[in-house]
Amino acid sequence: MFAFIISRILQALPVMLTVALLSFAMFAYVGDPVAIMLGQDYTVAQRDALVADLGLDQPFFVQFAKFVVNAAQGEFGLSYRLSRPVAQLIVERAPATLELALCAAFLALAIGVPMGVYTGLYRNSWLSRFFLTFSLIGVSLPTFLIGILLILTFSVWLGWLPSFGRGDTVNVGGWSTGLLTWSGLKALILPSITLGLFQLTLIMRLVRAEMMEVLRTDYIKFARARGLTNRAVHFGHALKNTLVPVITITGLQLGAIIAFAIVTETVFQWPGMGLLFIQSVGAADIPVMSAYLLLIALMFVTINLIVDLLYYAVDPRLRIGRGKGAH
Amino acid sequence: MTAPLLEVRNLRVEFPTRRGTLVALNDVSFSIAQGEVLGVVGESGAGKSMTGAAIIGLLEPPGRIAGGEILLNGRRIDNLPYSELRKLRGREIGAIFQDPLTTLNPLYTVGAQLIETMVTHLPLNPAQARAKAIEWLELVGIPAASQRIDSYPHEFSGGMRQRVVIALALCAEPKLIVADEPTTALDVSIQAQVIALLKSLAREKGTSMMLVTHDMGVIAETADRVAVMYAGRIVEIGAVRNVVRHASHPYSAGLMGSIPPVGRRLDRMQQIDGSMPRLSAIPPGCAYNPRCPKVFDRCRVERPELMPAGDSLAACWLYAEGAPRHA
Repeated sequence: MFAFIISRILQALPVMLTVALLSFAMFAYVGDPVAIMLGQDYTVAQRDALVADLGLDQPFFVQFAKFVVNAAQGEFGLSYRLSRPVAQLIVERAPATLELALCAAFLALAIGVPMGVYTGLYRNSWLSRFFLTFSLIGVSLPTFLIGILLILTFSVWLGWLPSFGRGDTVNVGGWSTGLLTWSGLKALILPSITLGLFQLTLIMRLVRAEMMEVLRTDYIKFARARGLTNRAVHFGHALKNTLVPVITITGLQLGAIIAFAIVTETVFQWPGMGLLFIQSVGAADIPVMSAYLLLIALMFVTINLIVDLLYYAVDPRLRIGRGKGAH
Repeated sequence: MTAPLLEVRNLRVEFPTRRGTLVALNDVSFSIAQGEVLGVVGESGAGKSMTGAAIIGLLEPPGRIAGGEILLNGRRIDNLPYSELRKLRGREIGAIFQDPLTTLNPLYTVGAQLIETMVTHLPLNPAQARAKAIEWLELVGIPAASQRIDSYPHEFSGGMRQRVVIALALCAEPKLIVADEPTTALDVSIQAQVIALLKSLAREKGTSMMLVTHDMGVIAETADRVAVMYAGRIVEIGAVRNVVRHASHPYSAGLMGSIPPVGRRLDRMQQIDGSMPRLSAIPPGCAYNPRCPKVFDRCRVERPELMPAGDSLAACWLYAEGAPRHA
């Protein structure tokens, strides 16, 4: 197990270095940071001084090595726009995004899996047909449109839920959470639905397809022939066999939820990393953009590792192959 | 004569399709006495497995029982509601399927599957069930059963898995076992062992068995009586001795004739020319008439019912009055 984790981390290193190279290259090729920092009027001497000061006269790979070493320590420099350390900005914003993303993922799983099981079991019931039609909406409507429609319905017409922001937050050990206040929870509802709807329908359709596949297998037939209860057959035997692909997709989608919370955060003015990123793009705030890029890459790599570990927890056939080299 | 354990009367199974209804089983009647082993043979698609599936109530939709009745201990079971039928499965009628590699759920240990089955049907607590599960594994010849009980199916060989399947089918002590080609997927060297095990366990527990196979050797060695099926009907039924040595129906005779004799060189193996008709194109009269070497006019017009033929029953006009010449 330990050797497996180590080998996966070693495999992740080249990925992270490649992303680091890309995000470092942004400094050199997207806009001119010196020009941005100096403003409209400056002398050649001022410019040269700043270039030397920032180390921009050094060879590319020396600069890159410095960047990697700093990044590994969480040091991404100052934001051009806000003149504050990037790491600090991201740490401030991360709780908002993570709470939103986890809440959306939870919704997607808690509703998507049962709906998938139901539509897989009762293929022809009218409720299944309704769910499938509904899932088409979730798959085909763009996120921003869903968000705006939800705001229109629940904030403008009904006035039940806030249309933007996080509501009141409580600071728990450096983590600002909106989960502990009433207004925070209310503010979380619409963005979570908006962000999770696509994943919900995706998971529902995936579970449905997998269930239909598994229900045709001999071991399900045999489980029925042994006279097990429907509940044991459907949830014990069938659902567990659908979990490996579901875990894979959920893991990847969790990464996607975090990375693409940008749209939802913009629609709801949610003070998370996505909003920070989109504002930074507008201002060509390259340190923030490159840090965000690296952070998302790290998140995907970590999630993939966790997904791989979950496979072993679910499927005993994989456990053998790993330890003893048997198959 | 005591009442038979299982009685099947005029069973008819249909598959509604877009191009009309296919009759998979037509007017199938037979009975199995307490402790008796009935072999069912025939070509692929003759309806052998279908008969077994109908008895345990596991016909694949859209297949359905369209007529006739199935009685277990004098009680009608073909029209039971699902929940009643479920209690019957495993407890009264056990099933063994063809491929032990696919009939066990890969994600549960064999012990968990045994315990689950027993707890569902018998008044046992989990600890008692576990002790019983170990007993069963020993009974079916799994070495070191008390350790192997926590192994997953993939850690067993094919033959061992079929032994586990047999334990699973028998563990709630059903009165009837429907064994659908239990040895077809196994190595020839293992087949004999598994059949011997099945036979001795059935005898020991007084369990009746319906043994579906196309292996005449297995039938000759195991069954008390044999039913020969062709195109969804029973064409001959009688004591194994009679049917194997002096088959009455030309089709049974062809089947027995195609068993290669041991110790004698053959230049050509005997075969039955042609192939079984598709369900959608069963010829009028006797379904076997296009392939029958002894066909005469009546066979092409009128369908024969089972009638006494020697010591067996055969559905063949050769045994009716006015036939051209007895076989």
